[in-house]
Amino acid sequence: MQITVTVNGAVYKREVEPRLLLIHFLRDDLRLTGSHWGCDTSNCGACVVWLDDTPVKSCTVLAAMADGHRVRTVEDLERGGRLDPVQEGFAQCHGLQCGFCTPGMMMTARWLLDHHPDPSPEKIREAISGQICRCTGYENIVRSIVWASKHAGWGQPDGEGGTEVTA
Amino acid sequence: MTGATGPTVAGGAYGPVRRKEDARFIRGRGQFVDDIALPGMLHGAILRSPLAHARIRCVDIASALAHPKVEAVITGETLAGRGLAWMPTLSRDVQAVLATDKVRYQGQEVAFVIAQDRYSARDALELIHVDYEPLDPVIDAERALDPGAPVVRDDLPGKADNHIFDWEAGDEAATAAVFARADVVVTQDMLYPRSHPAPLETCGMVADLEAVSGKLTLWSTSQAPHAHRTLYALVAGVPEHKIRVVSPDVGGGFGNKVPVYPGYICAIVGSMVTGRPVKWMEDRSENLMSTSFARDYHMHGEIAASADGRILGLRAKVLADHGAFNATAQPTKFPAGFFHIFTGSYDLEAAHCQVTAVHTNKAPGGVAYACSFRITEAVYLVERMVDLLARELAMDPAELRMKNLLRPEQFPYTGPTGWEYDSGNYPRALTLAMDMAGYADLRKEQADKRERGEYMGIGLSFFTEGVGAGPRAHMDILGLGMADGADLRVYPTGKAVLAISVQTQGQGHETTFAQIVAQELGLSPDDVDVVHGDTDRTPFGLGTYGSRSTPVSGAAAVIVARKVRERARIVAAAMLEVSPDDLDWADGAWRVRGDPEQSASLAQIAMAAHGSLELPEGVEGHLDAETVYNPPNLTFPFGAYICVTDVDPGTGVVKVRRFIAVDDCGVRINPMIVEGQVHGGLADGIGMALMQVIAFDENGNCLGGSFMDYLLPTALECPSWELGETVTPSPHHPIGAKGVGESATVGSPAAVVNSVLDALAPFGVRHADMPLTPANVWSAIQGRPLRTDLAVS
Amino acid sequence: MQVPAHVEYEKAASVEHALELLARFGPEARILAGGHSLIPMMKLRLAQPETLVDINGLDELSYLSVVNGSVANGGAPGGELRIGALTRHAQLLDSAIAGELFAILHDAERVIADPIVRNWGTIGGSLCQADPSEDLSATFAALKATLVIRGQQGTRTVPARDFHTAPYETVVAPGEILTEIRIAIRGTHGGQKARGDSKARGERIGSAYEKVGRRVGDWPVGAAGAALWLRGDTIVEAGIGLSAVGARHFAAAEAEEFLRGAAATPEAFARAGEIAAQHCNPSADQRGPADYKRHLARELTIRALRRAKLRAEARPAA
Repeated sequence: MQITVTVNGAVYKREVEPRLLLIHFLRDDLRLTGSHWGCDTSNCGACVVWLDDTPVKSCTVLAAMADGHRVRTVEDLERGGRLDPVQEGFAQCHGLQCGFCTPGMMMTARWLLDHHPDPSPEKIREAISGQICRCTGYENIVRSIVWASKHAGWGQPDGEGGTEVTA
Repeated sequence: MTGATGPTVAGGAYGPVRRKEDARFIRGRGQFVDDIALPGMLHGAILRSPLAHARIRCVDIASALAHPKVEAVITGETLAGRGLAWMPTLSRDVQAVLATDKVRYQGQEVAFVIAQDRYSARDALELIHVDYEPLDPVIDAERALDPGAPVVRDDLPGKADNHIFDWEAGDEAATAAVFARADVVVTQDMLYPRSHPAPLETCGMVADLEAVSGKLTLWSTSQAPHAHRTLYALVAGVPEHKIRVVSPDVGGGFGNKVPVYPGYICAIVGSMVTGRPVKWMEDRSENLMSTSFARDYHMHGEIAASADGRILGLRAKVLADHGAFNATAQPTKFPAGFFHIFTGSYDLEAAHCQVTAVHTNKAPGGVAYACSFRITEAVYLVERMVDLLARELAMDPAELRMKNLLRPEQFPYTGPTGWEYDSGNYPRALTLAMDMAGYADLRKEQADKRERGEYMGIGLSFFTEGVGAGPRAHMDILGLGMADGADLRVYPTGKAVLAISVQTQGQGHETTFAQIVAQELGLSPDDVDVVHGDTDRTPFGLGTYGSRSTPVSGAAAVIVARKVRERARIVAAAMLEVSPDDLDWADGAWRVRGDPEQSASLAQIAMAAHGSLELPEGVEGHLDAETVYNPPNLTFPFGAYICVTDVDPGTGVVKVRRFIAVDDCGVRINPMIVEGQVHGGLADGIGMALMQVIAFDENGNCLGGSFMDYLLPTALECPSWELGETVTPSPHHPIGAKGVGESATVGSPAAVVNSVLDALAPFGVRHADMPLTPANVWSAIQGRPLRTDLAVS
Repeated sequence: MQVPAHVEYEKAASVEHALELLARFGPEARILAGGHSLIPMMKLRLAQPETLVDINGLDELSYLSVVNGSVANGGAPGGELRIGALTRHAQLLDSAIAGELFAILHDAERVIADPIVRNWGTIGGSLCQADPSEDLSATFAALKATLVIRGQQGTRTVPARDFHTAPYETVVAPGEILTEIRIAIRGTHGGQKARGDSKARGERIGSAYEKVGRRVGDWPVGAAGAALWLRGDTIVEAGIGLSAVGARHFAAAEAEEFLRGAAATPEAFARAGEIAAQHCNPSADQRGPADYKRHLARELTIRALRRAKLRAEARPAA
């Protein structure tokens, strides 16, 4: 079947099998390998992306279900050649080690801060409780997200700091 | 929060430097094995046995071959024709790559399908029909040596039982004498159940045999690319210089990615057979059911003491379940790893341990998951025994430990089982942990709560571990000495590239090793690139595990940087027209003694070396150097951990309220990275103590084959870790560093278990095995703690 | 990662269209809502439908509304909370009115799966998967909810307690769709007086859910939900739902019978807990042995009743 999905602002028309999982569509068909997979049972959250502005586990969604909808992945966090405060926070606070769970964590963090700009550490832990990290013991992930919440203007035209990145 | 008490290397390139590798990961631009797509690449999938023990009557692949998207199907028979149906393990046993005669564990590899895409490969697995004749399995390790038990390894000539080896350490007679005269002897059986490292990225490989050149390129999730390369050369008959193993970005290792797995061999053969690149990525259930598990030590501990609380001796007898094949990864002379460090951090008169290893119909493995080669098991045993002794003597467990810890003046210390601990100040670490925890206040709070029928626990664990294997005279894996190399090149503009033989699965080597070189050469870490993980570009070494990167490879990096610096001295002397003896290294330059403005920085020296400056006799026009470091000993990091839990006896639910961890890993190159390593290991402790187990039923069905049942801790189960540090440099390491990657995983489970059992003391609960799930805790309160590794119907 | 077998796919444009598709493709067709129960089973190949009928676009099935009492509505005299079957777990958890009326709904949602799964999984999907450990099944049993099922022939209602026929089986027939869950509102809920429900005036409702899991997000080892309708200190009506302990219809009917008309005392709750434990039928598995689960049935019933009572008492008197 043919599907039309807008991913990170770009429209893609592709021929896919109905059973194709969204995570595989993103990684294998569109070569957006920033999102990962790590389990078979929707537990680990390495695959979290946004589907119409809502974080979902893309290993448990069919690409067909995204037909006519919008998807946002980690590759879209950087905007206008600058890192998002969430990305900056993870680098500042050592919120990643192997980097495998990181894209999913950052997508959830970005959604959380968009809706709750000043979350408590408890609220942050609850928000990421559906995602597993094997390296960090979570403490620095929480600190990274707190940092991002306190530096919401980082990298913005009238804000301080910011890391420029080339495409 | 840190309660630093000791000196750390001040200034320079050491410190909490932001990680260089983060730049790609935070942008989603890591390159993990499954991210690799080569032109013409095919996908492999493994058909696995549903049965734990069965004869194979026939494997019918005709329907699978007829699938339009299937390119090839490999069976044990195919491999046998190439002499590849069996491969050596890291313990000098053999393991089936694809089963031929029998399957010996649920999940064992039986056939390999290669198809055009991963979905078709998965579909084709259902088209392979295997005719099994079920056999009775051996699942309970405690029954494996019963007369008449089914024999797992009838492939080994003359093998008539499930016994693998016996091993012992220490002085049996001296220990018996100590026990005979002791006032108090406490004994306890305890299980360290089968667990699994479960890195978030599963294992996999892309194998590409280029037909014309004969070059075999393997992108793989390997913690030891050079060792793997040598193994593949021996096994697959491809000359070693034609094999390139690349560990690109690896999503966590934790020992899971040390062994060579059948899937890797299948991918290689697949590429040979099809002439195209073949990718094999296992799914999570395959990872949990067939790759190297960890632990599974059935232990019997005994501790002997005087009435006033002096620990005199320790004894341990261990039944080790190695699964169907002996595939543990540890230095050859130590089949039970470093378990004999079970004497722990205490001043004992005598100790003896004995380990018997057996086969069962379960997946192979045992040494994995940050165990430092069985030190997790050893520390758990001794720290539980010390707590049980405290209970017997009605002594506070902190006081009992403080009374028996080795004293600083006793170092270097040779223990009763032969370990030579390099350095340590144990009482200082324990005191710091207790201060940070507010130990006295916690005990008061506990007493107050007990009167109100509320139950909190305070659990301690003091650990010493030995890392950085190791001296090549007695440490090798499959005959390869555990030395590691480092190559350092300095380019004319003063930028450096360090190639090392360990690689990172998240430990931050691209940063910490750059810091090491930068520190020695007066550069910025940004001026130093670290190359790792690619056997074509790096020197030989045994890889990253057992916390050995800093002690071994880190030492190699220091030494090679100092070699470069000494070369630079000679060139600087020529530049400044003085004798090399007249130069001192200070503030990132070689300076003329008495006239420090007369100096040359590394960049200036590098340009001169490559330029037309006349060089002294015997000096070549470059600064580059290489080294292979053979460590003189292990290093011995240690720590004091305190865990506070609240237990609801009505439901058995345990909540970890606080965890205080004081670690001493010698000099810290990057404190931020060290703390991150500790955080991660502490989470492992909570997981293993409270929820993780790979259990089986009596038919050998694996009950921990997915993340629905193999439960890992989330951010909600972990408290905000409270870290402290002391620094006791290693006397033999060039910069006094010790290694820390596994410390927290080693030390934390006992702290959590001791805490829960401390909470349950009023109920008369003496011991319960991990994991302390709500059901287990409640059952223990009823006087019936559960057997956690085996589901008995 | 494991992947599903081949399947055909249709997107429904309306409920009628969905029913047409179900009729056309027969019993091997399955409704695809959030997919967070079905797709994991398809990946493990435990479920292999031939056709998926995707109803995610049916906004008409996604709502949370309070309908006032009226015979014309066909609903309860005091009004109803009506939840569209396609409502996502996260939406139910976010709904202030649902939490105000029936705190048990929030208690339960907070411990179902994890926040990301709750973004996409639906109430209807969870109920129709009919896992014997499903938290919402016990929750709606406690609330004595009514489920609305629609087929091409028309609509029928089924009490929540009659919805499940066996593990993973419900009364929803192959050509039907679960469209709505209705919970009767009786008595006073906060400031909202039930109109036309003179009998129930003066009643205060409190509800609560208690769950024990091996870890956050796990299926329950045991769970109990309680709803109490109190007049003064007398229990006018009681609902007790149990999950994962083999309770018939996810309910503790005998314990409810005992509580009806009784004073809401600790002794009564203790006895109710015992009765609930006596009548359930837990099986031993990796989550725990049967005696532990039976103990949880008792202990959690008592705790849920206790909290339900506190919440009822916290409401202003009529």
